[in-house]
Amino acid sequence: MKLALVGVSHHHAPVELRERAALRLDEAGALARELADGREAVVLSTCNRTEVYVTGDDAEAEALEALRVRGGDDLAAVAYRLTDHAAALHLFRVAAGLDSLVPGEGEILGQVRAAYEAGAPGPLLNRLFHDAIRAGKRARSQTTIGESPSSVPAAGAALAQQVFGELSGRRVLVVGAGAVGELAARGLASRGATIALVASRSFERAEELARSVGATPVELDDLRGRLAEIDVVVACTGSPGFVVTRDDVPERRGRPLFLIDLAVPRDVDPAVNELDACYVYDIDDLQAVVDATLAGRRREAERAEAIVDEEADRFRAWRASLDVVPTIASLRARAEAIRAAELSKAKLTESEREAVESITTQILNKLLHLPTIRMKEAAAAADGVLYADAVRHLFGLEDER
Amino acid sequence: MAELLFWPALVAYGEAAFAYFGEARRPGVAGRYATWGVRIGWLAQTALLALQAARSDGFPWESWAGSLNLFVWLVMSVYLVWGCRARFRLLGLAVTPVAVSLLVVAHLGGGTDVGARSQYSNLFLVVHVGLVLAAFAGFTLAAALAALYLFQERRLKRHDASILRVPSPPLTSLDRLSARMILLALPALTLGIAVGLIRLQEDGGNVDALMLFTGVTWLVYGGYLGLRARGGWRGRRAAFVALAGFALVIVVRVALTGTHFG
Repeated sequence: MKLALVGVSHHHAPVELRERAALRLDEAGALARELADGREAVVLSTCNRTEVYVTGDDAEAEALEALRVRGGDDLAAVAYRLTDHAAALHLFRVAAGLDSLVPGEGEILGQVRAAYEAGAPGPLLNRLFHDAIRAGKRARSQTTIGESPSSVPAAGAALAQQVFGELSGRRVLVVGAGAVGELAARGLASRGATIALVASRSFERAEELARSVGATPVELDDLRGRLAEIDVVVACTGSPGFVVTRDDVPERRGRPLFLIDLAVPRDVDPAVNELDACYVYDIDDLQAVVDATLAGRRREAERAEAIVDEEADRFRAWRASLDVVPTIASLRARAEAIRAAELSKAKLTESEREAVESITTQILNKLLHLPTIRMKEAAAAADGVLYADAVRHLFGLEDER
Repeated sequence: MAELLFWPALVAYGEAAFAYFGEARRPGVAGRYATWGVRIGWLAQTALLALQAARSDGFPWESWAGSLNLFVWLVMSVYLVWGCRARFRLLGLAVTPVAVSLLVVAHLGGGTDVGARSQYSNLFLVVHVGLVLAAFAGFTLAAALAALYLFQERRLKRHDASILRVPSPPLTSLDRLSARMILLALPALTLGIAVGLIRLQEDGGNVDALMLFTGVTWLVYGGYLGLRARGGWRGRRAAFVALAGFALVIVVRVALTGTHFG
C-alpha cells in the first residue's frame, strides 16, 4: 500500500499562502474523513504547515486537489509531494521538531497527536503516527533539543529558575500593566510563581491587571517599601527614565532578587546588578541568551536526526515485513492443515491424542520459527518478495495467494 | 591484588574527570560516561578498601597516605548521592580531578598497599580518624558546592549568554546544599576532635600544629553556621566562608600531616 504526503510549509510557502491552507482541528479531521473513503488519511495543520497523509495509489492526486481547492493554483504549485519512506521520515522529523522554525519546539508533538486522533487512520497510518510520536518523545528525552528557551520572556523565566530552582512560592512584582509585561509574568506564573504585586504609572491599569491575575495593585512610588518581599521583578513600562533604581532595593543579605527588564528605554537601573544577590537582565541580555541556546538547539538537532533516522528505519522494516506476512500466514496454515489431517487419521485414546497434539504443535512451531524470522529479515533488506515467492513455490502455496 | 583494584579505580575516576570536561563543552552523552566512571571507580576503590581492611593488622589507614585514600573514598561516596543527577554534573568537574590527584598521591605514599600495621587500637582510630575524615569529606563537597555557586553567580552577574547551555543546579540549591553539608560534617568533626582529646588526656602528649589548625577549622565552620543562622548570611559571603574553611582543611590534610601521623 502506497503512503503519500502532500503539503505546504514555511520552507517554501509564505504566510499569505499558508493561511489559505490552514485548517482548524475539526476542519482537518473532516477533510481527512472526506479523503479517506475506504483508504486512510490524516491532515496535520499548524501555523507553519498543512500536510495531508494518505494511503492508496491514487490518493496523492486527490490530496493535492483538496489543497488546490482551498488555496488555489499558486498554493498547489509550491506544495511538496513525498511518498513511502520519504513521507514517513518527514513526519518523524516534524514530530521531533526538526522541521520547525525553532528546532525542538514543544507544541508540534501535541499537534501531531491531535491531528492523528482527529483523522481517519487505518493500520498503516496508525503505526506511522505511533512511531512518529515515539520518535518525537525520544528526541526530546534523549537530547536537550527542547529544553532551552526560544523567546525572550521564556529566557527570563528560565534564568529565574537558574537562580531559584522551582518557582512555586516565589513572589513576582510586575511593573507596567502592558501586554508584554503581563505575558512575561504569566509565563512565570505558569511555572509556579505567584504574581503578588502590580505597579503601573496609571494606578487604574495596575488595578485592572492585578484583578485579572489575583495580585495586589501598588503605586509606583511605593515600590521602595515593597521590594523586600519580592523575588522576581518584571518591568515593562513606557517610562523615559529608570523606574527601579539602586536606592530602591533594600539589602538582600544573599537573598536573590531577579529583575527582568523588557522595556526600551530600560526601566531598571543597570547599577542594581552590582548589588549583592541582585541580577538584572535587560532585553538585549535575554536575546543573547536566546541566541546562544538556539545555537545549542541546532547542535542537539544533529543527535535528534540520528534518533529520527533510527525510528524511520524501524518503520520501513515493519512496512517491508508486511510483504511477507501473507506468505508466512499461508505457510503456517498449510502446515497446520497437514498436521490436523494426519492427526485425525491416527487411532488414539483421548490422553494420547492430547499428548500427540502438544508434541506435533511444538515441532511445527520450532520448524517454522527460523523461516519466519529469516523471511522478516529478508523483507527488511528488500529481498522479502523474492523469499516470499520462493516459499510459495516450494510449498505449493500459489493458489492461496 | 591491590594493584588490580587501584588501577581500575584510578582509570575510572580519570575517565570520569575527562568526561566531565567533555560534558561541560557539549552536554549529553559524555555526562553519562562520567557518571558510570564514578560508579565503577567507586566500586573498585571500595573493593580495595575492603581488601586493605581484611589483610591489615589493625586500622589500615593510619598513615597520612592511607588516610588520604580513605578520604578520597569518602568524598566520592558522598558525591555519588548527587553525581548521578544531570543537574549536578558540573560539580563532578571540580570533584573528580581532585579525587584523581589525591588518589595518585595516596598511591605514591603507599596508602593503597595492603598489610599495614597499626600502632593504635582499632576502635580509637576508626572513631577518631573515621569521623574526622568523614567531616573533611563533607567540607570538601561543601567547598565544591560553594565554588560552583560562585562560578554560576559570576556568570549570572556578567550575563553570560551560554549559562543555560550546560545544566547546573540553581543558585539557591547550591547555597542550601553547601550549608547542609557543613551542618552534617561539623558534628562529625566535633565528635572526632572529642575522641582525640580524650585519647590525648589518657595517653599524655602535646597539642601539635595539626590539632591547632583543626580547632581553627572547627571555629570557621562553626562561625559559618552561626552567621547563617543569626546573621542571615547567604550567597556569596557564605560561599567565601565555606571556601576559607576548606583552605584550612587543605592545610590540615596536606601541609601538617607530618606533625600528627606516626
